[in-house]
Amino acid sequence: MSESPPESGGNTPPSGARAEPIGAEVSRTAPGTGEVVRTIAPPAGPAEPPPPPGLALPPFIADLQSAHPDAVEHISWWVGDWSVVVRPSRLLEVAARLRHAPGAAFDLCSDVTATDWPPRTPRFDVIYCLCSTTLRHRVRVKVRIGDGESVPSVTAVWPAASWLEREVFDLFGIGFTGHPDLRRILMPDEWQGHPQRKDYPLEGPGEMLMENPMDWLRVRRAGEIE
Amino acid sequence: MFDTTELVLNMGPQHPSTHGVLRVVLRLDGERVVGSEIVIGYLHRGIEKLCEHRDWAQIVLLTDRMDYVAAASNNLGYCETVEKLMSLEVPRRARYIRTILAELQRIASHCLWLGTHAMDMGAMTVFLYAFRERELVLDLFEEYCGARLTYNAMRIGGLPLDIPAGWGQKVQAFCTLFERKVEEYEELLTQNRIWLNRTRNIGVISGEDAMAIGLTGPPLRASAVSRDLRKAEPYAAYDEFEFDVPIGSTGDTYDRYLVRMEEFRQSIRIVRQALDGLPEGPILGRVPRLIKPPAGETYHAIESPKGELGFFIVSDGKSNAPYRFRVRPPSFCNLQALPRLIQGHLVSDVVALIGSLDIVVGEVDR
Repeated sequence: MSESPPESGGNTPPSGARAEPIGAEVSRTAPGTGEVVRTIAPPAGPAEPPPPPGLALPPFIADLQSAHPDAVEHISWWVGDWSVVVRPSRLLEVAARLRHAPGAAFDLCSDVTATDWPPRTPRFDVIYCLCSTTLRHRVRVKVRIGDGESVPSVTAVWPAASWLEREVFDLFGIGFTGHPDLRRILMPDEWQGHPQRKDYPLEGPGEMLMENPMDWLRVRRAGEIE
Repeated sequence: MFDTTELVLNMGPQHPSTHGVLRVVLRLDGERVVGSEIVIGYLHRGIEKLCEHRDWAQIVLLTDRMDYVAAASNNLGYCETVEKLMSLEVPRRARYIRTILAELQRIASHCLWLGTHAMDMGAMTVFLYAFRERELVLDLFEEYCGARLTYNAMRIGGLPLDIPAGWGQKVQAFCTLFERKVEEYEELLTQNRIWLNRTRNIGVISGEDAMAIGLTGPPLRASAVSRDLRKAEPYAAYDEFEFDVPIGSTGDTYDRYLVRMEEFRQSIRIVRQALDGLPEGPILGRVPRLIKPPAGETYHAIESPKGELGFFIVSDGKSNAPYRFRVRPPSFCNLQALPRLIQGHLVSDVVALIGSLDIVVGEVDR
């Protein structure tokens, strides 16, 4: 990553930007002035309910748990979807096992994406939506990663992840170690900031960035604008 | 004797065969492609970011703008994902009408593909023929929802409108007519010697490689992989109908053409079954007035005309907007295979291969 992350205080939206989702406001009283301030209630992270008690684990997750017991951090089930949270350092082992184990056979990497949960540390979830075309099952593998950290790239296991990881890098600023060609893909190469982060304003940083990105960065660093 | 140098040629972003604003940088040895790079993002509008700041119900309208030649498929994919997140039951009649709309949309989208793909390779007549029939589908959509391109035709939990009186007969008449028209297209192309020379053994990809690089939809099926989400993970009312999944054998441009031509016929078959068995009943399920899915996340995919169209949506359970809205665009993932497909082919084949992947740049860039 070439630039520093946007410096915004926790989860407060940048001034002047209508960044909060509709209706997600909570009121609190500001210390000192006694003024009622309306801010976003920060979500603490994704709801990842554990599977209901009677539900048996699918064989590929049970197999993964027995083969890499310390790699799996959490297993969750919601509206029929299984998802597994794994340690970033063990991601490649887990990916290789899910790809090649006969009971798993996840031959298609449908999607790689991320979610941003600003107040939480680690801040990001990187999500791999996997699908087996032969056994017709799906699973989501997640890794939690902090700002400025990198995830090992799974392009060696699923070449399809190449552009998808580039998109995550571009829009979230998450690095992928071992990626063959990690560049921006949707935004212009000289763009500053990562638009899908929650502290990036919806309207964008404004005209200054469009005219000269370097000026914008300088002004921003000097603290003149948020 | 003579030394050759490599030439770098920019194709696009404004080139008639790139179907939008796609830039392909080609490294050429003579007319042969020795390397290539795809540059995208010219049509990036930040739809994912925008959706995270809009009401759940308003997003239906934004999904129209992604794959704008198959807006109904996008509507369907989004609405089904939210319904899955909320565990909503959709009435059977609504599921049937959704299936009819999605299949008519597939016909319209494939017509556009056929016309432009053939015109890229110099077959002007096919373009005029295919667009003539696409107009008929658009007329049907106009009568159903009033719009011809961006339909906003579905709602979370069902449909906004029931089908108008007599619409079913018009669709039946269209199916009868279109069946003959497919024969006509095939007469123009399938045995055409120029067409065969331009498409056979161009851009061959094996099933295993196609899956590894992330191809889905007709390009994957042309490589002899029988994977269709309508069969593998049935949604809407597809589990109630009989249809075949056409697959190719070699995975070249000609097979991708044949697969889509057969999909025309299968779509007609599905539409007919849905119209014949159309149940009576409500078209909108029991949907709360304020749509606010419980906290949770899900991924749901449908088979759009281009491939696997997936939506990954996270709800925080508190706000009226999704916390994270992610689209898995089939065009984006299919386009990733292009550098591999065009390697070693001629510049004129690049045009054929872009056409044969059937991309829509609005969906690639979002």
